[in-house]
Amino acid sequence: MKRMALTAAIALLAAPALAGGADDDTLVVNGEIEMTTKADAPDHLEGALDQVISGWHFRSDETQQLQTDDFENQGMIFVDAAYDAWNTVEGTEEKSCASCHDSPEDSMEGVRAVYPKWNEEAGEVRTLAQQINACRTERMGAEPYGYTSGEMANMEALISVQSRGMPMNVAIDGPVRETWEQGKEMYYTRYGQLELACASCHEQNYGNYIRADHLSQGQTNGFPVYRLKNAKLNTTHARFKGCVRDTRAETFQPGSPEFVALELYVASRGNGLSVEAPSVRN
Amino acid sequence: MRRTAICTAALLAASAATAEPVEPTSVSYGEYGAVETSLSGNPGDPDRGREVFSTKSMGNCVSCHQVSGLDVPFQGEVGPMLDFVGEYRTPAELRGIVANAKNTFPETVMPSFYKTTGFIRPGDGFTGKAAEEPLPPLLSAQEIEDLVAFLMTLKDT
Ligand code: HEC
Ligand code: HEC
Ligand code: HEC
Repeated sequence: MKRMALTAAIALLAAPALAGGADDDTLVVNGEIEMTTKADAPDHLEGALDQVISGWHFRSDETQQLQTDDFENQGMIFVDAAYDAWNTVEGTEEKSCASCHDSPEDSMEGVRAVYPKWNEEAGEVRTLAQQINACRTERMGAEPYGYTSGEMANMEALISVQSRGMPMNVAIDGPVRETWEQGKEMYYTRYGQLELACASCHEQNYGNYIRADHLSQGQTNGFPVYRLKNAKLNTTHARFKGCVRDTRAETFQPGSPEFVALELYVASRGNGLSVEAPSVRN
Repeated sequence: MRRTAICTAALLAASAATAEPVEPTSVSYGEYGAVETSLSGNPGDPDRGREVFSTKSMGNCVSCHQVSGLDVPFQGEVGPMLDFVGEYRTPAELRGIVANAKNTFPETVMPSFYKTTGFIRPGDGFTGKAAEEPLPPLLSAQEIEDLVAFLMTLKDT
């Protein structure tokens, strides 16, 4: 009996080192935006996950802390930079984003939460990055941003901030269905010489450590993400690219139809979680 | 005369020691994934095996498995802890698991370390660029034998 208790105590002591699972902290930003960081999984995940969990829960207390206050969140500096870009006239049409959309606060509330989404006129699924570039090339006569460039990440962050705290609500039916199915198939495909699927790490093993990395569910609600590692905002497709590369596979190009499909599917796995961008990660 | 005999014996031993390794595509797996014969034809070296197990650029087994006796930080927990695996697994079973664990655990996330073809979008190491099959196996025949020898030392004694 005594022995049992002691073993249990040792197990408890050992626990923090391999913390295991998501923690129970709650995320409130600036003391006012209450984030939903755990939610019942959307219906389409039945049998796969019961609960969807923000990547925030899997980071260290110190990293988590940085996301609770815009003065500590270095990602907000890049949002400020994007305000300047928003108001800058560019291209042959001599227009800025503001010429047509006024302020981001007025025009972009809720936009991030529903992307990627179907664009009726173009007849295609568009990511937020693709929509930004469509406005630049088709409406401004300006050069597109590089798909994973700093300018793109910053602009995505500025638009995303207008949806902070709102639940991700990406449509998966209707005209996007085929693309969504393609993304789903990719999610479960075991790529590369290591033969690992997104699901191998982010569905089967979230909460576990793989070497020093605490695996999350690989959600996209926090993107673009400020990483302490490279001190800038990082885009969804740059992260996908790295994750596929790490399976010793030939990766896909950012902005490719494959990654657009994958983003739609992965985003839909986060339906119900709050938009957190720009979130902070190690 | 005597001398020649000894030399020949030594030569024979040496040639056995440099036996041709079994090719990754010719390994014969038993019904439950075990591999009876040595892949390299040589005995494994447990010290080398420990290094292969712990080193990122080699087996990197510690990314998924813990072994208490190892002085390696950040051991992973995707796979089971292997502290006593030498107690309940035979060398043939361990060889099969390390060479291609999917023959023992069909859907396992554990990579196949002695496999060269049949991948989806195989890449050139961690470059993200395409590579032509056959790929070099993740570990050599001898490294696998070394790992088996190391794993057999993991006992409750
Ligand atoms: C000449 C006017 C014009 C300019 C300049 C312009 N846009 Fe647009 N934008 C539109 C129109 C019209 C739509 C809606 C039709 C569509 O989907 O293409 C739109 C849609 C969008 C959307 C999608 C909104 C939604 O609800 O889905 C985003 C995001 C966006 N623009 C961002 C930008 C950004 C960022 C810039 C500056 C780099 C910019 N736009 C410049 C006209 C413009
Ligand atoms: C070998 C394991 C592994 C595989 C396979 C893998 N990832 Fe990851 N992924 C990681 C690690 C480690 C991180 C960083 C820690 C974390 O958030 O899980 C990460 C992070 C992410 C993140 C950022 C999450 C956040 O909140 O910051 C996303 C999104 C992601 N992965 C998507 C994917 C997708 C999509 C795939 C499939 C193409 C994939 N991953 C495959 C290991 C993996
Ligand atoms: C990506 C994670 C991963 C890596 C890397 C990995 N393994 Fe595994 N391993 C597993 C999992 C998961 C299992 C459990 C089998 C299953 O899926 O049911 C396992 C099982 C095993 C077993 C069987 C244990 C038992 O209970 O009998 C051995 C032995 C083993 N691994 C050795 C190794 C060695 C040696 C390496 C390095 C060359 C290695 N593993 C690398 C994930 C991994």
